[in-house]
Amino acid sequence: MLDARGQIRRLPGVRLWLSGGWLALLVLAAIFAPLISPHDPLAQDLFAGRLPPVWEQGSDPAFLLGTDSLGRDVLSRMLYGARLALIVALVAGTLTCLIGATLGLIAGFFRGWADLIISRLIDIWMAFPPVLFAILLIAVIGTGLTSVIVAIVVIDWTRFARVVRAEAMSQGAMDYVASAQVAGRGRLGTAMTEILPNVLPTIVALLTLEMGIAIIVEAILSFVNLSISTDQPTWGGMIAEGRASIYQAWWVLVFPLFTLFLTVLSFSQFGEGLKEHFDPVLR
Amino acid sequence: MSFLSIRDLNVSLANGAPLLRRVSLDVAAGEVRALVGESGAGKSMIGKAVLGILPRAAKVTGGSIQLDGEDLETLSPKARRQRIGARVALIPQDPLTALNPSRRVGPQITDRLVDILGWKRAEAEARALELLEEVHIQAPDRVMKAYPHELSGGMRQRILIASAFAAEPKLIIADEPTTALDVTVQKQILKLIREMQQRHGTALLFVTHDLGVVSKIAQSLTVLYAGKVIEETDIKAFFAGPSHAYSRALLAATPKYTDPDGSLTPVPDSVIQAVEAEIAAFDAGQMGTVRA
Amino acid sequence: MQIARALITRLITTLVTLLGAAVIVFVVIRVVPGNPIAMMLPPGATDADIDRLKALYGLDKSILEQFWIWIGNVVQGDFGMSITLRQPVYDLVIGRLPATLELSILALLIAVFLGGAAALTATLYRGTKIEGGIDVAGGVALSLPDFLWGLALILVLGVLWPLFHISGRVSPSLGFEFGSNFYLFEALARLQFNVVGDLIAHMLMPALALAIPLAAIILQLLKQSLKECMHDDYITLARTKGYSESSIILRDALPNAILPTLTLIGVQFTFLIGGTVIIERLFSYEGLGNMAIDAVINRDLPLIQGIVLVFALLFTLVNLVVDMTYAALNPRLRHA
Repeated sequence: MLDARGQIRRLPGVRLWLSGGWLALLVLAAIFAPLISPHDPLAQDLFAGRLPPVWEQGSDPAFLLGTDSLGRDVLSRMLYGARLALIVALVAGTLTCLIGATLGLIAGFFRGWADLIISRLIDIWMAFPPVLFAILLIAVIGTGLTSVIVAIVVIDWTRFARVVRAEAMSQGAMDYVASAQVAGRGRLGTAMTEILPNVLPTIVALLTLEMGIAIIVEAILSFVNLSISTDQPTWGGMIAEGRASIYQAWWVLVFPLFTLFLTVLSFSQFGEGLKEHFDPVLR
Repeated sequence: MSFLSIRDLNVSLANGAPLLRRVSLDVAAGEVRALVGESGAGKSMIGKAVLGILPRAAKVTGGSIQLDGEDLETLSPKARRQRIGARVALIPQDPLTALNPSRRVGPQITDRLVDILGWKRAEAEARALELLEEVHIQAPDRVMKAYPHELSGGMRQRILIASAFAAEPKLIIADEPTTALDVTVQKQILKLIREMQQRHGTALLFVTHDLGVVSKIAQSLTVLYAGKVIEETDIKAFFAGPSHAYSRALLAATPKYTDPDGSLTPVPDSVIQAVEAEIAAFDAGQMGTVRA
Repeated sequence: MQIARALITRLITTLVTLLGAAVIVFVVIRVVPGNPIAMMLPPGATDADIDRLKALYGLDKSILEQFWIWIGNVVQGDFGMSITLRQPVYDLVIGRLPATLELSILALLIAVFLGGAAALTATLYRGTKIEGGIDVAGGVALSLPDFLWGLALILVLGVLWPLFHISGRVSPSLGFEFGSNFYLFEALARLQFNVVGDLIAHMLMPALALAIPLAAIILQLLKQSLKECMHDDYITLARTKGYSESSIILRDALPNAILPTLTLIGVQFTFLIGGTVIIERLFSYEGLGNMAIDAVINRDLPLIQGIVLVFALLFTLVNLVVDMTYAALNPRLRHA
């Protein structure tokens, strides 16, 4: 029993390093994509279509991970795709977090009418399938990077609002918040200085989770051809293409899918690791 | 020939800290033996070791536990479990948590008879009704169908006592069965346990920190300190005057029934120091001997 | 009396939620910039043609009027006509709903089975490497969404070892005449096991993709509740009676540990149904979600409205049923 607990305590460190390392690698790849990409991600070469990766028969060493049906280099497209994925992750994740957490904090701390309206909104939002909601929004406001980010924020703010509202309510009921109010600080001051630091570990974990989800939503939108635009390389777009030619060219699906797997996994594990690292109770 | 015979039992934590130090103890058939000590003395640990319900961090590291001449530690885990289920029963400390809240009371009395001992359900139910009457429960057929939360603490302890006697075990281990109850109920439950023990002729190992209770129920007693047997004697001799200084101090620290408000002397520091030195000397001696 | 009041409150909030959902659907769709009427007409249609069509779909009235007409019709089950498919939306939705329901229910069963079995196994082997392995697998299963699991399954069980079909709902070569749209239930009821096999071979991968994340959630919560229960005194008492560890977990711990998990399954089931939208697309499964994506791409307003509302209705109903089941199952609440 004692050794088992020791193992669990050692785990967050490994988890944090592995996931953080992968994400750091990804950030570097995204920043230096123009320098390290062996090819132009958009350059088509119909004579070099569906070349397998180098270790397979009939490959071309110039195309490390092979080419898609239009002869575009899979590796270069993945590197450029990382840029878009990370932009969506950071911008959409942060905006969703800010808006959702603020609404949750307002509802959980001020209660009353604010809570009634926000809770009802959350209920209504929960009545829609999120993917369908996102697709519908994109269809209405048009495709493009901004639209994708707006769609993610609109469908996912409830994730933060729900959790932060519940946390703020339970924290608000605790003695130290009451004593801060007795000490003469205003309600908003109390919310900011007493409640926020205590819900912060949860928010941080949710934020990194949301970044992974944002990438997935973008991939799903790309998959149904409603994301940024067809001439920008995205992981989701590559996956959609790979799905269509799965029997002829498995590598077009496998490499971006594997990257997506690792990235989403890293975001969620990184968040969990951070939460355990910063949460005074868990630590 | 004693029914339960414990010899040189050592129990320790995973980090090596000893919980029981070469405990030897006998309970003869039909005998009531009290196991006395302050909290943390390891008195519950003995019962748990016999029943095979030690906490996961604690392990038997030496000695033997014999039940009716059979060494329990040599049995397979399954055989050991079934032997205990058939011959030994536990009356637990807290009746409020010892009944499963999501199951009706009846099946919790009959389950051992049906599942482990292979009785027919109807026979087991008839037996349960009979036992509930024996423990003075009114409308036993209604109680059988009730959920635990619908009954009072005293009622639940009566049910647990009935359940313990259901399979006519040879030995019952009662682990502070009255501490969680309020004072008026305590007396009734104690009377009931004695009454049931006498009627069924069951041996009883009665674990308690309360010497006042001991005088009312037990024939013999074992005093424990820090997992080591300090004194083993019969009741009359003990109350006439214990031989060990720690036992004497413990007795002086117990309220008298003749004078419940009389002044009490807590166990003096000098006695604690002496008994601690005794334990330390024992541990030092253990280090020298070859581990069996 | 108290129960009745709680029930009425619950019904009212459900209705408010549904109405709110209807308003949002209506508003989102009325701001759609692409004019659906223009898309339906051949080039060179006159203004009179456009007006006639607008009148036909009620698009010439004020927004508020349109809303009241629309809500009135919806309440009567009239969702209008699909613009692209030229059939009543109600018929289209009812035709596709069974496929989605069957998929969701199969996925739920798989999730409960996988998650439950993993939680029970981990509890039985707690503190060992087996528990550690189950924890790691659960963590990975939880971190990745159904969409990615679907793609991974297509690769592994569809292409690498082609055990199952990667698209469709039933093999047309089977030539089986269904009397309803509940193919799986019907084939089971008629004991047509070769048809059941074919349906399962189509449904298993999408159902598994939907089930894996939910199974991980069930695993985590159920395991935690079970472990808490294993410290309880009645568990110790059952051990002294001679029961084995596995029967104690199943018989004594599980009934006490399961209630929070049941509530969670209810909430998560709506998320699972939401996941069918993209999973049906991924596996070309002929369900409501797949039709919804087509409707969005074709800007088929009445069809989108109908489908989204049916989803909203389904979600709120599931939540309502969960709340009531919870109250009915908890003996302490029932007898209080």
